[in-house]
Amino acid sequence: MRKSLITLPALAALLLAACGTTPPTPAAPTQPPAPTEAPAAPTEAPAAPTEAPAGKIGKICQVTDVGGIDDKSFNQTAWAGAQQVAKEFGAEARYLESQQQTDYEKNINEFLASNCDLIVTVGFLLGDATKAAAEANPNQKFQILDFTYDPPIPNVWGQVYATDQGAFLAGYVAAAVSKTGKVGTFGGINIPPVTDFMIGFEQGVKYYNQKNNANVQVLGWDSAKGDGLFTGNFESTDDGRRMGETLMDEGADVIMPVAGPVGLGTAAAILERGGAYLIGVDSDWYESAPEYKSIVLTSVLKRLDVSVVEAARAIADGTFSGGTKVATLANNGVGIAPFHDLDAIVPQKVKDDLPGIIQGIIDGTIKTKP
Amino acid sequence: MAESVLREVIPPVTEARHRSLWQRAWEAIQLPALALLTAFLVGGFIIALSDFKVLEALADTTSRLNAIGYILLVMTVAVLVGGTAFSRRPEIILSRLRFVGNVGQARWFGVVSAVLTIGAVIGLLVVIGFGPVLWLAWNAVTSAYGALLEGSLGNPLQIVAALSSGDARAIGLAFYPISESLVASTPYIFAGLAVALGFRCGLFNIGAEGQLFIGALTSVFVGYAITGLPAVVHIPLALGAGALGGAIWGLVPGLLKARVGAHEVINTIMMNYIAFRLSEWLLNGPMKRPGAVPVSPFIAESAQLPRLFPDPIRFHLGFFIALGVAAFIWWFLFKSRWGFEIRTVGANPNAARYAGMNIAFNIILAMCMSGALAGLAGANEVLGVNYNLANAFSSGYGFDSIALALLGRSHPLGVVLAGLLFGTLRSGGTRMQNVAQIPIDIIIVIQALVIAFMAAPAIIRAIYRIVKPGEGEVVFTRGWGR
Repeated sequence: MRKSLITLPALAALLLAACGTTPPTPAAPTQPPAPTEAPAAPTEAPAAPTEAPAGKIGKICQVTDVGGIDDKSFNQTAWAGAQQVAKEFGAEARYLESQQQTDYEKNINEFLASNCDLIVTVGFLLGDATKAAAEANPNQKFQILDFTYDPPIPNVWGQVYATDQGAFLAGYVAAAVSKTGKVGTFGGINIPPVTDFMIGFEQGVKYYNQKNNANVQVLGWDSAKGDGLFTGNFESTDDGRRMGETLMDEGADVIMPVAGPVGLGTAAAILERGGAYLIGVDSDWYESAPEYKSIVLTSVLKRLDVSVVEAARAIADGTFSGGTKVATLANNGVGIAPFHDLDAIVPQKVKDDLPGIIQGIIDGTIKTKP
Repeated sequence: MAESVLREVIPPVTEARHRSLWQRAWEAIQLPALALLTAFLVGGFIIALSDFKVLEALADTTSRLNAIGYILLVMTVAVLVGGTAFSRRPEIILSRLRFVGNVGQARWFGVVSAVLTIGAVIGLLVVIGFGPVLWLAWNAVTSAYGALLEGSLGNPLQIVAALSSGDARAIGLAFYPISESLVASTPYIFAGLAVALGFRCGLFNIGAEGQLFIGALTSVFVGYAITGLPAVVHIPLALGAGALGGAIWGLVPGLLKARVGAHEVINTIMMNYIAFRLSEWLLNGPMKRPGAVPVSPFIAESAQLPRLFPDPIRFHLGFFIALGVAAFIWWFLFKSRWGFEIRTVGANPNAARYAGMNIAFNIILAMCMSGALAGLAGANEVLGVNYNLANAFSSGYGFDSIALALLGRSHPLGVVLAGLLFGTLRSGGTRMQNVAQIPIDIIIVIQALVIAFMAAPAIIRAIYRIVKPGEGEVVFTRGWGR
């Protein structure tokens, strides 16, 4: 036992020497295979002019808000767009996560020094920081998602979404699917980017009632009062679970949570109890949260990825301009996801109605806001 | 004879008292430094093992291993285990092997064998074919930590070039990383002092985060609601409002503890929730700026803490205020009568009561001051950096500062140093994320590891074989619910 302690290394050395002549897999540590160092520091990035020539997009940079890059919501969708830009244009895509308010300015500053062709900032929380940076750096192109400025800033593409149009369709479908005659929704906080969903949802249900002589109720939002159910945050899945349970207790059997990842808690509650369906928001939850695909009726799509690609394409074409851009059903910037596995429970009549409603919304004959 | 017995019973006055300042400084710094080093090593492993290229190469190499390769791999592990065992306890093994030697020699055997073991393991791995993997891992870790350093302290080459060029803007940009680190450190220092002061009184103030929110709310209110004041008046007024708000938020659990014995841990946590929801409500209602977004109006220019350099640099007066406050807290704790009472209550409330001190008053005083310091952290962020208040205002300075106070051993100087460390790590994380594409979360992991190692110094002592000093450990807080 005692001996083995010494002999083991000795034995190893011997064997090593023996194998030295014929190493199993030759590896030369002194000559590493093409040092794959991460792209050099931005300060020494060569030949990257500060003002990118039109027709080329080399680097797209995204600053998230505090939700983080994997929020199953708008930061993640926007990042999917940035990655698509990277693929389509052979560009480099980078992101910086903000953890708190002080990070917004810092992260934008970091990218200002990194030769980005487009800096994408996500969410109204970055509104002030983006404005300040854009005004101080008029040659840098920015895109801010879910926010815009009035008056517009010439180098900022302010992208907003008519999510009420997509939510209108979801409300129509939800009303048709509901057996209890009650559908529910709740939001993160009472701000237009959130309440637009809820308003559209409510109007869609009302439109269904009007057309089909039904009386489906909406829980959790009342446009007349301008108020409804809110968790007060975009983080707590526990709150989402509680909201989901409350709404189910009240009889709702289709629920649309408009609070980013909070909705995952609602999905879990529905999956546990059964007898109800979920409507996702922002991305298609059937794909982004596949563990809940058996209860995802549809999702109200807010195509931030499409907007990011659009802005990048505009830079590549040399047609980039600042100002407010509205994503609608007409330009495919909003919409609803397919019904996937739950296709069978949606009445055929409703499916047949949808194209007409979409056309009506685009024409303006159907109002998605009261 | 009696004398010699006595001499054995009573140990001679330890040399602890006669140690020089440098020795004491070294002893104070060696555990945190080693904890930091260990945390970075573990963090390095995590970075390497979460790197796709490394994992791919690892899978590739493993799939190409043949029989001899596997034998060598097993032997590598054996060398690692044997070598580690030997370097850990060389004196035991050497004495069993009937080597002659003393502890001092054994120690050197240990160090040498540790180095040899690491070398042998790396060598063996390279021979088996893991060379490329190791190289990739090394690259991943060095590029991450390189970016971390550059992002927090600046690029020395850039600094030298900027200084020699004499261009003001270039100099500014070269020092931007350091300035950002100091900006990030400032709230940590304030909040760390808050928790440290509580610890000194035997109080576990988990409510720093809530007090910080309230401080931010009150100071931003004074900042935008009052206009027309000169800066000399407005800034102290806004800072004072922040401190007052935090103090009130600390007063409530302090009163509850002193009067009815309610545990401050429970109550400060509950006060946090009240503060969070209160700020959400205020920002969505009364304090919302005109328009749609739940953000407060901008504060008046006269309330902004002056920034000391031109624009991209956010370094502001708050850092010096934090240092001044830290100095004051040091004086208060160690040189004033009140501080002495607070520390006595913290060390032994029964003795304090016996000595005629007012326990209730001291608990309330300590909680108020702790709250005021945390409130200043919030005010500093609002008045110095953001100029307004939004929902996502803090990502947990108040909670991090508990760890920070532990790391700083509840001493103002220690808190300042620990605050600088945390701020530096945090600030450098941005560059690390941009250049090396390592998620900023790794910074939180490293911070957590530092704290874990600091909270359990026995681990560090065991790893690096440091003899425990004879002094008692600093008392941070008394037991729970005693």
